[in-house]
Amino acid sequence: MKYVLMYTSRPDLAAGADPEAAQLVYKRVYEWFGENAGVMADSGAELLGVETATTVRHGSDGAVVVDGPFNEAKEVIGGFSVIDVADMDAAIAVVKTWPLLEMPGIAVEIRPMVEDYSHMA
Amino acid sequence: MTSPDDLLAQTLRAEAGPLVARLSRRFGDFDLAEEAVQGAVVEALSSWRRDGPPQRPGAWLQVAADRNAMDGLRLRDRQRALAVRAVAPPVDDERGGTDDRLALLFACCHPALAPDARLALTLRAVVGLTTPQIARAFLVHESTLAQRIVRAKRKIVAAHIALTVPAEADLSERLGDVLAVVYVMFNEGFVSSTGATQDRDLAADAVWLADVVATALPGEAEAWGLAALLTIQHARSRARFSDGDLILLRDQDRTLWDVDAIADGERLIERAASLRRPGPYQLQAAIAAVHATGSSWEETDWLQIALLYDELARFDPSPVVRLNQVVARAQVVGAADALAGLESLAEPLAGYHLFHATRAQLLSDLGRDDEAAHANRRALELTTNDAERRLLTTRLHRRPLDDGT
Repeated sequence: MKYVLMYTSRPDLAAGADPEAAQLVYKRVYEWFGENAGVMADSGAELLGVETATTVRHGSDGAVVVDGPFNEAKEVIGGFSVIDVADMDAAIAVVKTWPLLEMPGIAVEIRPMVEDYSHMA
Repeated sequence: MTSPDDLLAQTLRAEAGPLVARLSRRFGDFDLAEEAVQGAVVEALSSWRRDGPPQRPGAWLQVAADRNAMDGLRLRDRQRALAVRAVAPPVDDERGGTDDRLALLFACCHPALAPDARLALTLRAVVGLTTPQIARAFLVHESTLAQRIVRAKRKIVAAHIALTVPAEADLSERLGDVLAVVYVMFNEGFVSSTGATQDRDLAADAVWLADVVATALPGEAEAWGLAALLTIQHARSRARFSDGDLILLRDQDRTLWDVDAIADGERLIERAASLRRPGPYQLQAAIAAVHATGSSWEETDWLQIALLYDELARFDPSPVVRLNQVVARAQVVGAADALAGLESLAEPLAGYHLFHATRAQLLSDLGRDDEAAHANRRALELTTNDAERRLLTTRLHRRPLDDGT
């Protein structure tokens, strides 16, 4: 079963974090990817900051291009991974060890991936 | 006395959960399996009420659920239905019953499901209640409830939430979620059951389920603690209502208490205590046991209760526990000191009716009747439960009675 992990953070809360502690946590992030290489179904992606986001949105007179992310939420998506594990409990177990979860405002969304398209035929 | 409805309920709850688990395995689809069993339960309720229960109720349910599952599968996927039909159903083994039920319970109480869906789904899939029964018990619209259940079931299927008992490392955390659902189930039944309109006794179902969990996980002290707590509370249930009106502990006819069940509860506490891992359910059970073995309200060992609440507040310093701590202390140190102890809870519990009801009682004990009436009115505004509303209304018109239940 494949799941997409979406790593999100709250820049407003991250600003208050101790930079030295943050440095240490980021180091553990690299180790974490090494430890979990076995369940990573592809390389995933780390994204540049939300200030670089551009959104193309539906408009009645055709698509409109705007500056900024697709939603106004405080959380921003910093990247994603695809993991392949037995079930939801296994996915949760992997995510619970994500080092950044020690920092305020960090959240990881787990979404099952559509793998079986047969019912859409 | 066991009524035909009680007998029906006992049969359904014994059979439904393991059947859901078996069909889920066979068809690889929890949603389909649960729907099929729910259909069979609905059919059983009308058929068994009309003709009496069959000789082998378990087999009857299984045949009905199997047929429903095949029908459901055919609607979704003709090819797969034919393939499944070609394979003979596995021999029904009773051995897996308890483990199956426990695994199913953990899935229904999974933290990835919305909290309000966990209880509803547990009641349907594990305990064998129908959607209308659950909707009546919670005073919610049947369609709202059905949607909540459907959403949770689809998530279990789509997100691959497995029907398994969690691994040792996660067990105690996940068990906490399960026990919380059983506890809420009991409280819903305990507070709201008024007899006449209910054909399922939710509190009795919760006592049963707590016992199932503890028996299946004999090393978990809190599971025994919850079983003990619910057993003792339930032992007082006959005294809690009179003509639909809620009777508080102080005023209950203690001869209506089930002394055998209270003794059972005390044995369950000992069993929990032998594991030497105290916890909030065990402490609440101990408090309930002190209440249940007091010969009267006045003769109750209030010092013991106050000390147990002090201990409980160390595990769970929530405002509601501290409120109960104040109530117990009031019996030991007097109303004036207790009232002072309430001050710090005024803000966190501003919206909690029992805070105001407790305050009303203490004020009234001190002869401050106008303030007491005001607090009672506030409590009344805040409560949504019918029986509690009636009690508070009575209090406003008579002299206020006392604390909680």
